[in-house]
Amino acid sequence: MFDQICDDATTRQPGHAAVSVGADGRAMGRTAGQARLDKSDKTLWAELVTRVARAQDAQAFTMLFEHFAPRVKAFLMKSGADPTTAEECAQDVMATVWHKAAQFDPARASAATWIFTIARNRRIDMLRRDRRPEPEDLPWGPDSETDQFDALALQQDTEKLAQALNALPEKQRKMIESAYFGDLTHNEIADETGLPLGTIKSRIRLALERLRHSMTEQKETT
Amino acid sequence: MIRHHLSDKLLMAYAAGTLPEAFSLVVATHISICDECRARLAAFDSVGGAVLDQRVAPVAMSSDALSLTMAKIKSRAEPSPATPLPARDSVLPGPLRNYVGGGLDAVRWRSIGGGVRQAILPTSRNASARLLYIPAGTAVPDHGHRGLELTLVLQGAFVDETDRFARGDIEIADEALEHTPIAEAGMDCICLAATDAPLRFRALLPRLVQPFFRI
Repeated sequence: MFDQICDDATTRQPGHAAVSVGADGRAMGRTAGQARLDKSDKTLWAELVTRVARAQDAQAFTMLFEHFAPRVKAFLMKSGADPTTAEECAQDVMATVWHKAAQFDPARASAATWIFTIARNRRIDMLRRDRRPEPEDLPWGPDSETDQFDALALQQDTEKLAQALNALPEKQRKMIESAYFGDLTHNEIADETGLPLGTIKSRIRLALERLRHSMTEQKETT
Repeated sequence: MIRHHLSDKLLMAYAAGTLPEAFSLVVATHISICDECRARLAAFDSVGGAVLDQRVAPVAMSSDALSLTMAKIKSRAEPSPATPLPARDSVLPGPLRNYVGGGLDAVRWRSIGGGVRQAILPTSRNASARLLYIPAGTAVPDHGHRGLELTLVLQGAFVDETDRFARGDIEIADEALEHTPIAEAGMDCICLAATDAPLRFRALLPRLVQPFFRI
């Protein structure tokens, strides 16, 4: 099956060759693969991760790769990696996307958010920064009760958050970007972010409550 | 009901992956038992997603990047199994069990005088984390801070000049706070405390000095 996947990937090479011209940091925007994407579908990226999880769909993965790998590479370079290391680590990050796709929960994160967390963890390893212990996992998987509506609503909230970030005064936005590129210590981060995080927080909080509730019911009926 | 939560600052630094390990341990432990902060962290992760997706100019990958990545995927077909967590414990959430190597029974306490015991956890040196065991009714005197100190209650409760802190509550104390935490009567208090100030008390300090330890 993996041979099949690699073949698929190879047949898509022409699209890639067009993208990779110019290692000068030129934004890749209009590749053959992306032109076909329906950008109006807010759950597109989440759907693609789900397809990788369920069907090991190489085409879905290729689309994710074309969109996210150059962004992960840029993010790692912004975080202090040289281009060669960033390229290598971006490949690792995308390989992790493939391997951990089943852990992605579209009711709790957008694909970009989830891939960010993988890139962040790779950066911590790469720069040999402090270990970052993770919270205890919730006792349920993403596929237990994922509601299409929840997933769509979360993607919309994420989009609004991104718009709010884009609309912040430059100084504030730069502070936030620096924080996420790993340039600020916790002391240097401002007390007020200026970002409207309430909506997305409440949405995720409700999703958690519903899941806890359904977990309890399951326990009581079994 | 948890009343004292993590600050936005700490959550953003944890989401960005820039906290000293000892502070990350406190954040991860609190989130393990606080859905409110778990949701807030998810919101801060979303900011990271927005930065990744919208605020960096994509940098082209090499022409063979996709096939190299598929080869990496193929060579590691099975994700490495996650290390199994030590069995559940009613006091220590998962991240702490990893550091202790088990539940409360596995903690190697050392007396630091006045009935108070501590166990220093293995973290990187730029901040330290320790478990504290404070007998019910015992005060921790002369308690100022240098740097930032996070104290997360795991069992029992303590009260100081600012408020009452029970299981799950976190007190965020900086240099401005001079306080005298007292473990409530009834149940011994167990806390996870982390600070980026140098450790003030060591095994070789004379007993006389120990009641005045800083945490």
